[in-house]
Amino acid sequence: MRRTGAQMVWEILRREGVQIIFGYPGGAILPIYDALVDYPIHHVLVRHEENAALAADGYARATGRVGVCMATSGPGAMNLVTGLACAMLDSSPVVAITGQVTSHLVGSDAFQEIDVTGVTLPITKHNYLVNRVEELPRVMKEAFYIARSGRPGPVLIDICKDAQMASTGFEYPETIELPGYRPVLRGPEEQIRQAAAYINAAERPMILAGHGIILSGANDELRELAERGNIPVSTTLLGIGGLPESHPLNLRMMGMHGQAYANMAIQEADLLIALGMRFDDRVTGNLKSYAPRAEVIHVDIDPVEIGKNVRADVGIVGDAKQVLRQILPFIEPRYRSAWFAQIERWRGDAGARDILNQGLLKDMLLAPYVIHEIWRGTGGDITVVSDVGQNQMWEAQYFQHDRQNQLITSGGLGTMGFAVPAAIGTKFGRPDDEVWAVVGDGGFQMSIPELATVVQEKLPLKIAVINNGCLGMVRQWQELLHDRRYSEIRIAGPDLVKLADAYGIKGQRVRRPDDVAEAIRVARQCPGPVLTEFVVEPEINVFPMVQPGKGLHEMWRRPMPSRNMAMAEKV
Amino acid sequence: MPPGDDSSTRKSTHILVALVENKPGVLNRVASLFRRRSFNIESLTVGHTESPDISRMTIVVDTSKTSAALVEKNLNKLINVIDVQDVTHAPIVVRDLALIKVTAPAERRAEIMQLVDIFRAKIVDVYAESVIVEVTGPEAKIDSMVELLHPFGIIEMVRTGRVAMVRGSGYRAPYVLSDNGTNGLRVNPTPNL
Repeated sequence: MRRTGAQMVWEILRREGVQIIFGYPGGAILPIYDALVDYPIHHVLVRHEENAALAADGYARATGRVGVCMATSGPGAMNLVTGLACAMLDSSPVVAITGQVTSHLVGSDAFQEIDVTGVTLPITKHNYLVNRVEELPRVMKEAFYIARSGRPGPVLIDICKDAQMASTGFEYPETIELPGYRPVLRGPEEQIRQAAAYINAAERPMILAGHGIILSGANDELRELAERGNIPVSTTLLGIGGLPESHPLNLRMMGMHGQAYANMAIQEADLLIALGMRFDDRVTGNLKSYAPRAEVIHVDIDPVEIGKNVRADVGIVGDAKQVLRQILPFIEPRYRSAWFAQIERWRGDAGARDILNQGLLKDMLLAPYVIHEIWRGTGGDITVVSDVGQNQMWEAQYFQHDRQNQLITSGGLGTMGFAVPAAIGTKFGRPDDEVWAVVGDGGFQMSIPELATVVQEKLPLKIAVINNGCLGMVRQWQELLHDRRYSEIRIAGPDLVKLADAYGIKGQRVRRPDDVAEAIRVARQCPGPVLTEFVVEPEINVFPMVQPGKGLHEMWRRPMPSRNMAMAEKV
Repeated sequence: MPPGDDSSTRKSTHILVALVENKPGVLNRVASLFRRRSFNIESLTVGHTESPDISRMTIVVDTSKTSAALVEKNLNKLINVIDVQDVTHAPIVVRDLALIKVTAPAERRAEIMQLVDIFRAKIVDVYAESVIVEVTGPEAKIDSMVELLHPFGIIEMVRTGRVAMVRGSGYRAPYVLSDNGTNGLRVNPTPNL
């Protein structure tokens, strides 16, 4: 069967089960777009290539399948960079296909020619330059395998235009030969038994659950470990959704803006059971004072992560689900009542300190309240895609995530402008789900062009813009850490209701707490996309907060009511 | 608990041997990794092996034990890297080759020849006023050769950097799987870093 390189691309995508791709055409990828006409794959035309990569990332996170994005050479490929970096840091399986200039022009600074494999080398799990059509089937086979196996990540395939046009006999390889790539899934028995012994002996154990739980689908095993051993769980931002947040053993998110009692429990624990998480600095605070009394069991599929930031007493390289299945039979039930009593003491007045319980709501619309109402109004039965900054932290704190893998957000890279494009990808991945994008006015203004994509694709997305008129998290840091020397935080924006109208989307604006629930109801009832702008108090902060460089136990807790009341009166 | 303290943070020379796929761009991936993770390379040599598909790198780094282990694991993570071994503490043969161009007027040539003999080096080029000396051996031997030739006047010099090989049948064939199917990655058990 003879095929051109361009036809092979679509043939292979079909065989890999790809039904949808996000992209933007251009000169060096024209042959591939030409061949697309004959193949039944849904191509979503984004308005900027970065959003093609972010949408593919969102799709991958929503489905667990490989997300695919496509762009032309030079500028098209360069625009993919941020999205690929985002997928890289959050271990998201993405395959990016870029057109490259004709092979004899490579290296000559030809029109729209950039060394794309060079640029993307550190932000892809692996990448390929294809200059002969014969290499294409093997390369694509490997790319999909590498992207989704082991620790998933983005793989880029840069295909020269002549390789797209040349034709040859097409056969898709059945097997893969990658002598240097063999992900380890099972933990070795000795370490498994050792880990179980540590767990059974621990008096104050804590499970730290990360993205690896979700990537490996180990939700049930995590729950089983927590319940059987009676062990409290705290999650990373990307681990949210690994265990229902209403579960009594779930202490919710840890780290810089984590729950104070979860952080205290980590600091006082005698054993940390880290599952598919990488002890990021946002999670550990100052490493020198991190969990000083704890032994550490670290399970991760990437050997590099073990011992990278925190010394592991038992390091197990393997897939979280498999390793947990291996450990579970050895776990003995324990009461650990003193430990739970201590955690309750730390929890203490956390409820009273909550800004929602301080009677401020009559005339102030607070972002945490908006998020909380989205949770209440939807019954929590939606997929949330959050952006980056204060809106993201409040979403993590004030939305109770009980559904598996319910939150999609950019953790490692902290990519502003993530929510809207990723929500587009998410909606394609979960067509039956109600998908909400929660985004600040800063991040939203990075994504406005994609409203046209939403309209063109008739996607019933619900977009909640939390508008505080400033770059909230930057403002917070300037207030708390830079002596209130405010610098470039005021951000003007368009009239969002008119903007929605211009795109043919229903738009609504909410200024008063009393109107929030109704706006959410209206948004849900509208069959099409809805943009809801919540004009919120600009100057409130995300607490608790661990200052950069400080230990987890040195966090600023939520201020006591008196301080907030004083602030409220001032406003 | 930060990883590593006391002995594990002390710097020393580590010799890593990596077998890599013989494909374009692999050297770039390795070099880029060292830059990215701020590892300092003392020397890096690449050459063919008994198999045309596989190249062999000898990488010398001056770093702590912790960080050498991290280098090893990071190298292993590259798709094109088939195997990595830290052979620092294995019984190994390490060799470095130097070409040294020395000022050699007729009256001093005999002296140079004598040194060359003692070091079992070779003179590989003779010119009116200079010779090129080729010397092979462990680093220390070459260092002393260079020191002794210095008074004659070294015009230029080049050294290849170290290459290393484990003595006896110490090195596993690259495609032989270890028990746990890790391709000999030796990631389990994780050393206490």
